[in-house]
Amino acid sequence: MQWDIVIGLEIHVQLATKTKIFSGSSTAYGAEPNTQASAVDLAMPGTLPVPNEQAFRYAVMFGLAVNADIERRSVFERKNYFYPDLPKGYQTTQLERPIVGPGYVDLDLAGGKTKRVRIHHAHLEEDAGKSLHDTFYDELGHGMTGIDLNRAGTPLIEVVTEPDMTNAEEAVAFAKKLHGIVTSLGICDGDMSQGSMRFDVNISLKPKGSDTLGTRTETKNLNSFRFMEQAIAHEVERQMDILEDGGTIVQETRLYNGDRDESRSMRTKEEANDYRYFPCPDLLPVEIDESFIEEARNSLPELPDARKARFMEHYGLNDYDAGLLAGDSKLAAFFEEAVSHGKDAKLTSNWIQGEFSARLNAEEKSVAESPITGAQLGDLVVRIADNTISSAGAKKVFEALWSGENDNVDAIIDAKGLKQVSDTGALESMVDEVLAGMPDQVAQYQNEEDPKKRKKMLGGFMGPLMKASKGQGNPKLFNEILVKKLGG
Amino acid sequence: MTISRKDIEKVAVLARIRVDEEQVSALEKDLGNILDLVDQLAAADTANVEPLAHPLDAVQRLRADEVTESNQREAFQAIAPATENGLYLVPRVIE
Amino acid sequence: MHNKSVAELSRELESGKISSVELTQQFLDRIKREDGQFNSFITVTEEQALADAKAADEQRAAGNATLWTGVPFAHKDIFCTTGVRTTCGSKMLENFVPPYDATVTENFRNAGAVCLGKTNMDEFAMGSSTESSYFGATTNPWGLSQGDKRVPGGSSGGSAAAVAARLVPAATATDTGGSIRQPAALCGITGLKPTYGRVSRYGMIAFASSLDQGGTMARTAEDNALMLNVMAGYDPKDSTSVDREVPDYTATLNEPLKGLRIGLPKEYFSDQLSPAMEQQVRNAVKEYEKLGATVKEVSLPNARLAIAAYYVIAPAEASANLSRFDGARYGYRCADPKDLMDMYTRTRAEGFGAEVKRRILVGTYALSAGYFDAYYLKAQKVRRLIQQDFVNAFKDVDVLMSPTTPSPAFIQGEKTNDPVTMYLEDVFTIAVNLAGVPAMSVPAGFVDGLPVGLQMIGDYFSEARLLNAAHLFQQATDWHQREAQ
Repeated sequence: MQWDIVIGLEIHVQLATKTKIFSGSSTAYGAEPNTQASAVDLAMPGTLPVPNEQAFRYAVMFGLAVNADIERRSVFERKNYFYPDLPKGYQTTQLERPIVGPGYVDLDLAGGKTKRVRIHHAHLEEDAGKSLHDTFYDELGHGMTGIDLNRAGTPLIEVVTEPDMTNAEEAVAFAKKLHGIVTSLGICDGDMSQGSMRFDVNISLKPKGSDTLGTRTETKNLNSFRFMEQAIAHEVERQMDILEDGGTIVQETRLYNGDRDESRSMRTKEEANDYRYFPCPDLLPVEIDESFIEEARNSLPELPDARKARFMEHYGLNDYDAGLLAGDSKLAAFFEEAVSHGKDAKLTSNWIQGEFSARLNAEEKSVAESPITGAQLGDLVVRIADNTISSAGAKKVFEALWSGENDNVDAIIDAKGLKQVSDTGALESMVDEVLAGMPDQVAQYQNEEDPKKRKKMLGGFMGPLMKASKGQGNPKLFNEILVKKLGG
Repeated sequence: MTISRKDIEKVAVLARIRVDEEQVSALEKDLGNILDLVDQLAAADTANVEPLAHPLDAVQRLRADEVTESNQREAFQAIAPATENGLYLVPRVIE
Repeated sequence: MHNKSVAELSRELESGKISSVELTQQFLDRIKREDGQFNSFITVTEEQALADAKAADEQRAAGNATLWTGVPFAHKDIFCTTGVRTTCGSKMLENFVPPYDATVTENFRNAGAVCLGKTNMDEFAMGSSTESSYFGATTNPWGLSQGDKRVPGGSSGGSAAAVAARLVPAATATDTGGSIRQPAALCGITGLKPTYGRVSRYGMIAFASSLDQGGTMARTAEDNALMLNVMAGYDPKDSTSVDREVPDYTATLNEPLKGLRIGLPKEYFSDQLSPAMEQQVRNAVKEYEKLGATVKEVSLPNARLAIAAYYVIAPAEASANLSRFDGARYGYRCADPKDLMDMYTRTRAEGFGAEVKRRILVGTYALSAGYFDAYYLKAQKVRRLIQQDFVNAFKDVDVLMSPTTPSPAFIQGEKTNDPVTMYLEDVFTIAVNLAGVPAMSVPAGFVDGLPVGLQMIGDYFSEARLLNAAHLFQQATDWHQREAQ
């Protein structure tokens, strides 16, 4: 049987406000446990919430960036459930009246295709604290869980899409696009390893062409694009196996373990959730006026789509390169800094997507954590473009920059003697000398008819030539001279 | 409106209040009486009436995004049932 | 000294006839001697009070005294007090010592008043008799001489009994459905529930957030005005507090009442009211006519639905407000929990009393799937109808007057077996909270030797007018000066 895959996403985006959504506690990451948990965050008796204006500003900026309606009047509700990381016993969130209404995002997919994903709404809410499940015991030896409430009350927007995606590629493209938008807006640091963005994926299958949606499952808290892709593949396969064996899908929440590529159901108890939402009586309706929206609109920075168009027009990049570099605000900024030094946009783009990205990935670093600056990479590109160094030499310079051995491109080139000899006269005499010492090979080359084989045989001369030039001869020029001297 | 034993057991779980078997009958009676009182509401004509959540028709004030709280962990944890290494300890969550 | 009002004590201190330390000691001695029979205090803070009194005397010597500097009073044990345990009448918070002050606490501290302790109350303010306190019931000073142990009303029964018994000249209180007015009436003192949002709720342990309001209890209207001067005001820490100028409530106490338009809601003079009670209230209204007021009958057609709406809204809000008492971060935790669920369910079963648990369960039920519309949403709609009744009534009149309670103080234990009978105690007071308007209870006579309260309800933010009307009534009568034998 053939199946259609239906995917919707819920994305929690931690807002980069200085303080929590309902208290003046710092949201800085990495503090000692519970040192950023105030009386309000701890739900001490009698304490009351007061909402953070910046959280609303960020939510409005987000709404504008995804072409959404901004609701002029939004209402906080209580979502009731007990969990140790939820101090009040309810989460303050928005349900009936969220701040951001329907909107959409357009995705660029492989092969020049585009796809529109609709956003159902986005609402403001508070994050929960963290549970640490290991290493604590009470006096009777019972295992205990440690609770850190520093994160409790950190503002989130939860973005809920329509079930518009049909495969993992689209879902990941949407996730990446959203990441680019929120980081470009500066409303989220985008650091997924610290949980700044977390994805819940709703997946269902239906017989190909059917109009009836199947039962869906929700896979929660995916915190990397790779895990998201794997989790979707895993869940689609799981559901397909069940359906093809004649089974039925249970509507449930599942947890995916990326390290093991396994998932499991989160609920073992049959107790159904009943969150008993009702308007929070400690908070009043929030009214957003036109001037607030206009102010937010005027503060919008350049967004990925506009940046991509500019990269294509201004730097002459192709659609793919422009999309990739413009999609991530930090990468885009790195590129622009590099190209302001390096001039050659295509070559700069190639180096960023090649060596630079490979090294970041290998060391699991973000652009912000890169040991080299855009300016340094730009300087390196300049020396490649003006033939001062070969690409092999450039890799050595890159290595030296990355390791922090030296921070100046030209100084590295000098110190390592990587400067290419590009004086044609000097190179010609080296070629003459080397060819004179290799008469057999010269003859062999000249007797060969197949141009492919001849091309390959040229390489046989390069080794001795590089040796003769102590590695500093410009290989491109050597090649040209060889071809000329050997006759085609 | 009557409330069943099953309803009482359900809300007791939702509210995380242990209700022992022998308490259920008394609760059935008391909660039933309260709900009878409340059922007068059904008779009220509320067509086209907007719900009122707050007595004053006021709008929420928003706070500037400035840190106003300092670390008071020691004071807060001095009154906690169980802590270790700055964490609140609770019995292990069994999922 | 114990018979003097706050205003009088303030003058005594100012004149130097007595120091705050001496005055504080006298009241502390009196509490020690007398409170055994009332149980109006949960905690008496002798040491702290004397230290504060000493500081107050120094403050006065330095010439920085306010009207309240050195004057003793008490807080209902629902207001958080730094370093002093705040129990809310519950085992759940038996040992809870908050490291922070309620805004109301802070206001009295800043004014230099001397807090003698924390008064008894129904657990989490849920009750009308102060019998549901984990720390034992409070007994009304009235009726004791006949050998009856009567309830002081509730939930602020500790504050009311303490003021009535002259253990303190004034005490803070809170009112969610009548918890200031009803005990004030049953104890023969004067109490004011301000407009919702007039007094900050920060640090006042929540029962039902959209109904709770802190207020005042003292023997005279003037003392209530002095208290409100300290308590009222905008608080950036409470989103529902109102940013509106606070008048000096004592400044208008003597405004003439000529032309005051009084409305008598006919629904509050029904057959549930005993003829004897009604007579006292009508006599009080006549007194107002003598003072120049006009009287007419008005209608609050939806008032009969107030109890039903209240017993959905208040438990629903309470069910969420009390979820934080889970044994994780403060307060009671059951012994040897075997897992998380066991900790939650036993902590809450053991830490909360029967009435609190009933209300949490009712509220949980009313909000649960399938019942939300029929209960919660319906109650909110009825709430608007009730509010509209008041808005309409205040188009024609300035003050509504009614009895505060259907009957005088009842015998302890009489209504504890049937929660609904107890709920009907608040039949005349509850609508006020749903609408959020201010109201007072003023002593207005006696039935069978027990005090009767006159309820006066005003339009939003008309506290000054209510206090003015109560004050002039008290200039003409002496019900508020009667003392239980």
